[in-house]
Amino acid sequence: MTGQFHTLPIHQIHQLLIDKKISSMELTQAMLRRAYEIDPKISSYVTITDDLALEQARQADDRIASGENITPLTGIPFALKDCISTRGVRTTCSSKILAEYVPQYSATVVNKLADAGAVLMGKTNMDEFGMGSSCENSAFVDTRNPWDLERVPGGSSGGSAAAVSASLCSFSLGEDTGGSVRMPAGFCNVTGIKPTYGRVSRYGLISLVSSFDCIGPMTRDVQDCAIVLEAIAGKDERDSTTFNSPVPQYHQDLNKSVKGMTIGIPKEYFVSGMEAGVESSIQEAIRTYEALGMKVREVSLPNTRYALPVYYLLLMAEASSNLARFDGTRFGLSVSENARDVIDIYLQTRREGFGDEVKRRIMLGAYALSSGYYDAYYLKAQKVRTLLRRDFETALASVDILLAPTSPTTAFKLGEKTNDPLEMYLSDIYVVATNPAGVPALALPCGFSKGMPVGMQLIGRHLDEQTLFQVGHAYQQVTDWHEQLPPI
Amino acid sequence: MTQTYEPVIGLEIHAELLTNSKMFCSCSADYGSAPEPNTLICPVCTGLPGALPVVNKKAVELAALVGLALNCSINPHNTFARKNYYYPDLPKGYQISQYELPIASNGYLDIPGDTENPQRVTVRRVHIEEDTAKLTHEKNHALVDFNRAGVPLLEIVSEPDMRNVEAALSYATRIRAILRYLEVNSGDMEKGVLRFEANISVRPSGSSELRTRTEIKNLNSFRALTRASAYEIERQIKVYEAGGEVVQETLGWDEARGVTVSQRGKEDAHDYRYFPEPDLPPLQLEPAWIASIKSLLPELPDAKTRRFMEQYELKRQEAILLTSEKPLADYFEAVVSKSRSSPKTIHSWIAGEFMRYMNDSELALENIDLPAEKFAQLIDMVTDKTVSGNSGKIVLNEMLKNGGVPQEIVKAKNLAQVSDTGFIQEAIEKILSDNPGEVEQYLAGKETIVQWLMGQVARSTKGKADPNVAKELLVKTMEKRRK
Ligand SMILES: [Zn+2]
Repeated sequence: MTGQFHTLPIHQIHQLLIDKKISSMELTQAMLRRAYEIDPKISSYVTITDDLALEQARQADDRIASGENITPLTGIPFALKDCISTRGVRTTCSSKILAEYVPQYSATVVNKLADAGAVLMGKTNMDEFGMGSSCENSAFVDTRNPWDLERVPGGSSGGSAAAVSASLCSFSLGEDTGGSVRMPAGFCNVTGIKPTYGRVSRYGLISLVSSFDCIGPMTRDVQDCAIVLEAIAGKDERDSTTFNSPVPQYHQDLNKSVKGMTIGIPKEYFVSGMEAGVESSIQEAIRTYEALGMKVREVSLPNTRYALPVYYLLLMAEASSNLARFDGTRFGLSVSENARDVIDIYLQTRREGFGDEVKRRIMLGAYALSSGYYDAYYLKAQKVRTLLRRDFETALASVDILLAPTSPTTAFKLGEKTNDPLEMYLSDIYVVATNPAGVPALALPCGFSKGMPVGMQLIGRHLDEQTLFQVGHAYQQVTDWHEQLPPI
Repeated sequence: MTQTYEPVIGLEIHAELLTNSKMFCSCSADYGSAPEPNTLICPVCTGLPGALPVVNKKAVELAALVGLALNCSINPHNTFARKNYYYPDLPKGYQISQYELPIASNGYLDIPGDTENPQRVTVRRVHIEEDTAKLTHEKNHALVDFNRAGVPLLEIVSEPDMRNVEAALSYATRIRAILRYLEVNSGDMEKGVLRFEANISVRPSGSSELRTRTEIKNLNSFRALTRASAYEIERQIKVYEAGGEVVQETLGWDEARGVTVSQRGKEDAHDYRYFPEPDLPPLQLEPAWIASIKSLLPELPDAKTRRFMEQYELKRQEAILLTSEKPLADYFEAVVSKSRSSPKTIHSWIAGEFMRYMNDSELALENIDLPAEKFAQLIDMVTDKTVSGNSGKIVLNEMLKNGGVPQEIVKAKNLAQVSDTGFIQEAIEKILSDNPGEVEQYLAGKETIVQWLMGQVARSTKGKADPNVAKELLVKTMEKRRK
């Protein structure tokens, strides 16, 4: 078998593998060759794990040859956002402070994918510790958008999005704290989901915001997304915030008709500031759904204007505490030259190890938690968070899903927003509210504006990923935006 | 006229919980038995990136048990919180603790006072947290052992209800006894499983104001608690007497120099930036679960004291002594159940010769191998006058040191008490003829000389003479000489 199998979705490669039309080794070698050839242009990978990939591919082929214990992911090459711990493989969070950090243990999702027989290609670039919306906050390299190398892939899971978009892996895992899967998915024309908070174990995921962080798949289409989520979701005894409820077999009910279901359009999301080409793509997607027999209604998320401040306030507060452990005493960077005492080591290590955005957020977060300010900032933000959650509950009581863009614009140019953090924060305006609310949201390609991909997101009820996949899959059955490949 | 002052003392007691595993991971909590530093560790208790805590259910049970024993209400909805600060013994840069909603609050403990009326100390809260790593400071660096990091720790916080050092000591002692009664803590202070922190202020006697207080941290023994508190009270009084003001600060206790020392610079002015721990959902404790924990409560020192007073007709102080440790109370009851002698007699034996041996040999009760049955037999032999009280003590010490059966020891050491009047009379005649002066004194009206003469009888008969019989014969013999 020759040809472009690296561009195929998982479910098609799986068929080729079990039909012995290709081997995982061939696929993996081709994918590695492609990564070495193409990735220097886009820098999606921080680490490529060739040896491990070839070993896992060999094992997958053995498994397929034996005909036993074959899963839909056996032999499929994938990439991991570099905030997900991999035993023996350095895990950097794209930060200088972890540049040489090699974990002693693997995240639960990594073990699950290894057990399923998936093949790890490498670790992908990100905004440092997930703080950013463009991948420009990586301490190592700027990842570029495969659709236009002058533009950003979005963030913070920019490397994971770009690697799937450029066909340098068959799928990847991103991590979504406030749109970090969906926003780059939209910028790079891939499908990705932020599952319900607590659906996927965070054990081994280096925390940014413990109460927002969600690991989610980034794939070529909705069907793949369902397959991967099924493999990584579920209760984990090591993560007390995971749900007990069983994981549905998402991929089995994908083809159920959406006729008669209702889409809600949050009116607060369609105000000034949206790029014309984005808005027209979204309107076109709504018409497509109407043609599929779905009803469309306007709904209100009245507290939307508070989403961004609440999100950033809680993010900074939790992050300031989560990042305290990077102190140079046990792992990672340690700067102790001329240190007089241990406080000196902390200060020097953190001064050198963290980038500006990380420092900015740690300082603001520590401030928001400090005595005298806690009630006015952290506590108030938590109260508004409850209102945001209620907004979604109320809106989703009368409709089956919500539909909105993933971003007000398509991918912007490198350097365009780096000098203005507030402008950068605004690019997340449509994706942040779901994380404080905890609800799931699926991002998928829905068109192009001036040659750059446009993403939309479907937002669903708590733990109802099934409906998102069903509605997303129905769309992809009648459109081919998700099949468009970048010119690289 | 000089002003007198009244101390105002509150205690925070940190007690490690006797669980198999640590508070938030499955590592063994038995760090005392670890062969080497950093052997009982994992990603969770060393704070590796991405590791998450999981609550140890057993620790929650034990914490609730302590809360109930201290008459607290158990909060059905309680939460964990992060206490943020930087120190090398704290791997995550925060300690998981409880802040706004602790597991138990609003309890009290009645502490035995000098009088029959106990004093009530309010227990403000009991909360769960994790212990820190152990630092060993060397010349130019420090070594960190994470074996202790994450061991479940209970913090028991009192209101400032104690008005003198004795009350604070009594409260601390009682808390230790209760923790041991509940088998949640070994009480082994030398191993640091129980540590005190005292909040101290002083005010003019009769005043009800609360003045600036200082906190003395890391008091690792009752002796340190009493000495440091007494020192700090005196120090504050001197400050006021000199017209100064007490500064609110954290103090350490310098055992060698016997002074409290300011720890400013290290622990001072901390803003811990507490916030709810997002990695752990709130603990929801069902009423049925709380009830099931309550049913596990054993009889506690107070109730046992009252019962001992009633059931065994003991005085309050006697009962308090016997119930101070559960094994001792159990031992007392075991001896009582095997003996024909009165509980009062058994109390005297235990509180007297038995505990003297324990103190002298520095042995804990569990290390003493004297079956209650044999102790009971010995006491009964004394009660039955088979041996004298003094010989009984000799037998007891022999059994404590080398074991054995009381009857056989009596035989081997020839200690059987004799009420044979002939044998005793013979001894008396000899003593009287050896001590004519004393006989004269007796006859002249100095009756107290009888006691001295009885001592001579006991000595010459090697304690075997029944004292009642001997005394009767002694007096009779001397009276005969009155012309
Ligand atoms: Zn551990």
